Amino acid sequence: MAVNEISQLPFTSEFKESLLKIPEGDRIQTCLQCACCSGVCPFGFVMDFPPGRMIAWMRAGNLDEMLKSDSIWMCVSCYACTEVCPKDIPITLALMTRAKEEALLAGNVPAELQSALEFSQQYSNPLGESSRKRAAWTEELDFEVPIVRKEKRPFEVLWFVGDYASYHPRVKNVTIAVAKIFNKLGIDFAILGPDEHSDGDSQRLAGERGLFEMLAEKNDKVLSRAQFGEIITTDPHAYNAFKNEYPKLGFEYPVRHYTELLVEKLDELTPLLKENGQAKVAYHDPCYLGRVNQIYEAPRKLIEAIPGLELVEMAHNKSTSLCCGGGGGGMWLDGFRWEKSESRLSEWRIKEAVTIEADILAVACPYEPPRFEDAVKAVKGAEKLIVKDIAELILDAIDN
Amino acid sequence: MTEIVVIARLVPDLVEELEIAPSGTALDLSWLRLIINEFDNHAIEQAVILKEKTGANVTIISPEAEGVEDMLFTTAAKGADRLIKLTGIDEEKPTNESLAQTLAGIIKEINPDLILNGVQAHDDIAGDLAPQIADLLNLPYVGYISGVSIEGGQAKAFKEYPGGILAEMEITLPAVLGIQASEEPPRYVAISKVRQMMSTTTIEEIAGDGLATENNFVIDRMYLPEAAEKAEMLEGNEEEVAQKLTAILQDLGLL
Repeated sequence: MAVNEISQLPFTSEFKESLLKIPEGDRIQTCLQCACCSGVCPFGFVMDFPPGRMIAWMRAGNLDEMLKSDSIWMCVSCYACTEVCPKDIPITLALMTRAKEEALLAGNVPAELQSALEFSQQYSNPLGESSRKRAAWTEELDFEVPIVRKEKRPFEVLWFVGDYASYHPRVKNVTIAVAKIFNKLGIDFAILGPDEHSDGDSQRLAGERGLFEMLAEKNDKVLSRAQFGEIITTDPHAYNAFKNEYPKLGFEYPVRHYTELLVEKLDELTPLLKENGQAKVAYHDPCYLGRVNQIYEAPRKLIEAIPGLELVEMAHNKSTSLCCGGGGGGMWLDGFRWEKSESRLSEWRIKEAVTIEADILAVACPYEPPRFEDAVKAVKGAEKLIVKDIAELILDAIDN
Repeated sequence: MTEIVVIARLVPDLVEELEIAPSGTALDLSWLRLIINEFDNHAIEQAVILKEKTGANVTIISPEAEGVEDMLFTTAAKGADRLIKLTGIDEEKPTNESLAQTLAGIIKEINPDLILNGVQAHDDIAGDLAPQIADLLNLPYVGYISGVSIEGGQAKAFKEYPGGILAEMEITLPAVLGIQASEEPPRYVAISKVRQMMSTTTIEEIAGDGLATENNFVIDRMYLPEAAEKAEMLEGNEEEVAQKLTAILQDLGLL
């Protein structure tokens, strides 16, 4: 094919134009082709078009080929590529997410992902659970969790609980722990209950921007009627949505992650914490708490505040943390990714925790307890490793 | 060009817990949400696949219900050309006989080569909507179809029989088919495409005159599955459990 023919391939030029319109998207033109992005990508080794190659083919005017490949669905949106890029190109935010949007529009969607997107549309959660049962987890508590719509009064904290935190049997334990801690500390909090919709951030990162916007609009409609001081999220993905993505749609709300709120209340929390045995704790930085939003210290301070626990660091920590594999739609692509790569990112992480002889792997994202607990079962030598959210560790120390 | 008509219905979504209405003879619909009947969704997919393969004009007809517009716009985003909403339906469901009469009238005007409908719907007692339409239009009907192609004036379809037997059939068009599964699973369409359809596509409304709600059968009682007697758990070590089990089996006259 002659050069002038190549440069006229329609998708490539439209795709490139769309990238340049994204804030700082024009930095893509400064790419050095150093390939750091493709090298650091946890699934770069199985991608037909890792980020660097995608840029190279785009420059050659021949990215249309990419639409035929399904390897874009290996991207876990973990920001490792963005973090290492020497030219600060918004690789995850612009390039990879736009590429997924195009694949989705072209109908190139793995079946597993499709049902999560359909469920999000029908039920406002990717698990396909009844939206009316969103607050059913509160029934296991011996105190009432106020629901904004019923109480009709201002609250200091509006706790945006999240999808997995509301419905997933394992993650519900974490949610219950957070509720108990808030209650012990006398925090004036409420939840949206059945009026809460999925934050939509992982759906956005899986290429379904229209769905993300629809969910964001629904949440804004509910939140704009509620009176509260700030939003607290348990889910780093919801945190990211409220912090960085909803404002782009004109929906601005003050937001913090629950670990930030608890660190602020350490003076009240510390006297409640008692030693519950000695243990070495490795903390796994969730991508959307750490690398994307630079919250590294609050979770660590909470672990260090628990008597008997010794914080240890894995080889990859803070900005180099490894993804659990659940991001960017990964929660809904496990089968697809296993078929492609025959590896699970969660198992790599568990091996790191085992290597430093950690007794506990502490997490702070609702995707992680089930992913890492499954990985513990699959990794030799990890049999004794316990996976717990920081909230569970705190509650264990209070209950003791 | 081949004309295809698909009849798509909304049905109660079973993700919610079902409740019986105070009458004791129907579901309490006040809390139920509606979703597309899964089999009708496959019929839509099959129609769109046929359009992509051989070229066709696809019309979707749906009885009105809460959320039917969204469902129709979604079919347009998938590739449907014409959307028709059948109005004049109150809370009570019309009988299949009267619905078939009304739909047959609309379909006759369109004069399609192929009429597709889901082979069943979980709120449909008799499952005879498509066969009745076929009867009224004097057309052949084949049900439990998974996969259709069109060649000349004929449709080639796969029909599933019990016991894993698959028949390849040739059906002279026009014909009515009850779809069990499309040859590919129903596709996902991005919300942005659906939203685009909402502003660029129109839904035609056709009033359904003479829709009757009195069936020629009577529902005496509708009830949730009743729990049978609870299982008895045999406790103890292997020896004790075996002894208890033997005693129970002897009591029942099985040993």
